Amino acid sequence: MELLLVFLIGLMHAGGVYMLLRRSMFKMIIGLILLGNGANLLIFLLGRLVKGHPPVMADGMKVFTDIYADPLPQAVILTAIVIGFGLQSFAIILIKKVYKVLETDDLDELNSSEEEI
Amino acid sequence: MINNLTILPIVFQFLAGIILLFCWGKIGIQKTLSILLSLISVGIAIWMFDTTWKQGIQISHAGNWDSPFGISFVSDVFGATMVLLASLSGLAVSMFASGSLRKERIQFGFFPILHYLLMGLMGAFLAGDIFNLYVWFEVVIISSFVLLTLGGKKKQLEGAMKYVSLNLLASSLFLVGIGFIYGLTGTLNFADVALKIAEIPNRGLVNATAGIFFVAFGIKSAIFPLYFWLPAAYHTPPAAVSAIFGGLMTKLGVYSIIRCFTLMFGGDEFLGPLFSVVAGLTILTGGMGALLQKSMNKTFGYLIICHIGFIMAGFGMFTELAIMGAVFYLIHDIVVKTNLFMISGLVLKMNGTENIHELGGMYRNHALLSLLLAIPLFSLVGFPPLSGFWSKIFLIQGGLESREFFLIGAIILGSFLTLWVVGKIWLEVFWKKAENLPKQADGKYFHQMSAANRWLMVFPIFFLASVSLFIGLGAEHIIEVSRKISSDLMDTGPYIQAVLGNQITQP
Amino acid sequence: MKSLIFRTASDYLLPLLLLFSIFLLLRGHYEPGGGFVGGLVASMAFLIHSFAYGLTQTRKIIRVNPGYLMPVGLLLALVAGIAPWFVGLPFLTGLWFSEPLRFIGAVSSVLVFDIGVYLVVIGTTLTIFFSISESV
Repeated sequence: MELLLVFLIGLMHAGGVYMLLRRSMFKMIIGLILLGNGANLLIFLLGRLVKGHPPVMADGMKVFTDIYADPLPQAVILTAIVIGFGLQSFAIILIKKVYKVLETDDLDELNSSEEEI
Repeated sequence: MINNLTILPIVFQFLAGIILLFCWGKIGIQKTLSILLSLISVGIAIWMFDTTWKQGIQISHAGNWDSPFGISFVSDVFGATMVLLASLSGLAVSMFASGSLRKERIQFGFFPILHYLLMGLMGAFLAGDIFNLYVWFEVVIISSFVLLTLGGKKKQLEGAMKYVSLNLLASSLFLVGIGFIYGLTGTLNFADVALKIAEIPNRGLVNATAGIFFVAFGIKSAIFPLYFWLPAAYHTPPAAVSAIFGGLMTKLGVYSIIRCFTLMFGGDEFLGPLFSVVAGLTILTGGMGALLQKSMNKTFGYLIICHIGFIMAGFGMFTELAIMGAVFYLIHDIVVKTNLFMISGLVLKMNGTENIHELGGMYRNHALLSLLLAIPLFSLVGFPPLSGFWSKIFLIQGGLESREFFLIGAIILGSFLTLWVVGKIWLEVFWKKAENLPKQADGKYFHQMSAANRWLMVFPIFFLASVSLFIGLGAEHIIEVSRKISSDLMDTGPYIQAVLGNQITQP
Repeated sequence: MKSLIFRTASDYLLPLLLLFSIFLLLRGHYEPGGGFVGGLVASMAFLIHSFAYGLTQTRKIIRVNPGYLMPVGLLLALVAGIAPWFVGLPFLTGLWFSEPLRFIGAVSSVLVFDIGVYLVVIGTTLTIFFSISESV
């Protein structure tokens, strides 16, 4: 399971970087989303995978006696997903607006303010 | 010492944002309220700084969970100083924005977003664990996205596209770094990580993690190979927005670098040379970029990069004296850079252009005002006894102490380039005769505005100029503060002790 | 979409989903659920309604501008956050009422916070959605 996740994370990062290097704005955002999700999976993996042991104590217990899944990476990922959702939806709206104003999807054509020094 | 004071600046800005959201669309009320609330926020920041200075590190644990398990907010002298500077810049920008911004921008929620941006900054300066720092970073960048794109002109959108995409990339790198830190140490609290990371045998992995953080923060603080978004984005929004960006946004990245690389990855033989090389190159590329520009805003954008290099240089030397110089420079730079962008906004309003070849005659037409504008411009260069002077003395002294002659050369050359640029601006904008100024495309000229608005634009410049005069003339106070900060940064024991308390003795 | 089946279904789905969102909100303290998910489900309910009947109809049944839900929700969250200050406890500490309420269970300041989140999420999602679909 760990090995599968490792390859999946590597694939997501590779795909994300490949998409980032394209010249189209839309593909760039897809790349960023892939990278963000890859990072989330990485945290999930590094928090150690434990199957079937939720970190909930039985009634009357004071400490864990059993091995249990670490709840912190999950909380961290949840927060990161929510933040990523906000940022990505902003970026998508921005792309739409840029496309409307500039009428191009090519990142190389976004340099009009650079050329006049 | 456990109390709620540490969290008060953040909560207050949050409340300010809510109050202003309720006044959606009522422009006059929003302006007055924003200035008032910023004033109170400065008061809170002074209170917090005073308490931290006198009673030592203040901590509050959200939800009554002790660190390292809960989220802790830590106010040491460094954090409290940054909060104070952020609230001062926030006050100045809020006034300047009330005077200069056009109605349409305010209607789309400029003021609430400004206060959320300040909330994010203060949260980041007070955050006690790395993930919390990430969350506050995101609060800051999402507010900055909105501020940058408000108005939606073509130029702005082009700049915003680059800014947004690089910041998203930096955030995801930051997240990867957090994942590694958690995997290595099993904790996210700064103090706890500091204790545990020292015991990890696999130093290569620790250095790789440090490298990831360096790139993530490097993108945000615009250091040498990663700065290209800054000159593309910072000159596009209105002056009030550029001012808060130029003063505080890149400094947030620098603050995080300093915080993480002293507490978590302190004193590594791999990172020292990296910092030095990057700092030197940042100074040179930023300074030379500034020389080429014709627009005032773009010039100042490149100067930000150049001066980030100074702070990084002090950090690259990693002696107590050099870090003291770097912290002094950070304090001076926040005030001056905020002021510079407001100055260029004022010049734009007065003449209808910010191209320095077209401008001219400012001194002939507005002698007193020009003298006022001279203060921040020449503090930037570091004319003695203005504020930039002292920090450079300490930086060069620190460099001599640690025999980093490459960095000393870079600092001197960078100062010279800054002098050249500021001299050029002074000659072209203030002393040269003005010939056929172009007509202003949109908005009113300065002399057509109401007296109240004109005052609202000039007063914040005067206010920040007097703060930088105080930093220069009352340097002994600032030296005392920066000496305390640098000794705190070099010796992290008291910080760790204060955060973890008595748990430090337990295995 | 002018499909009769979809309209009829959305008539039933709207109250059902809203009830389900409140159920999620209330069970969120110990079990999966909570303000964020509840808010998303509630905004989903309005979304389906707007697909079936059009935006103007949906705006009419919501009555308030969803943008105004945001400051209200934020204010609730802030109140829940600073309420422990008045008892001398740190920020965001959960304060619990001693007696559980009928149907709802134990009530705390955490629930107020969650209701705040619920309102903010509805407000934000609907604002995003309305502005996207109006500009198309």
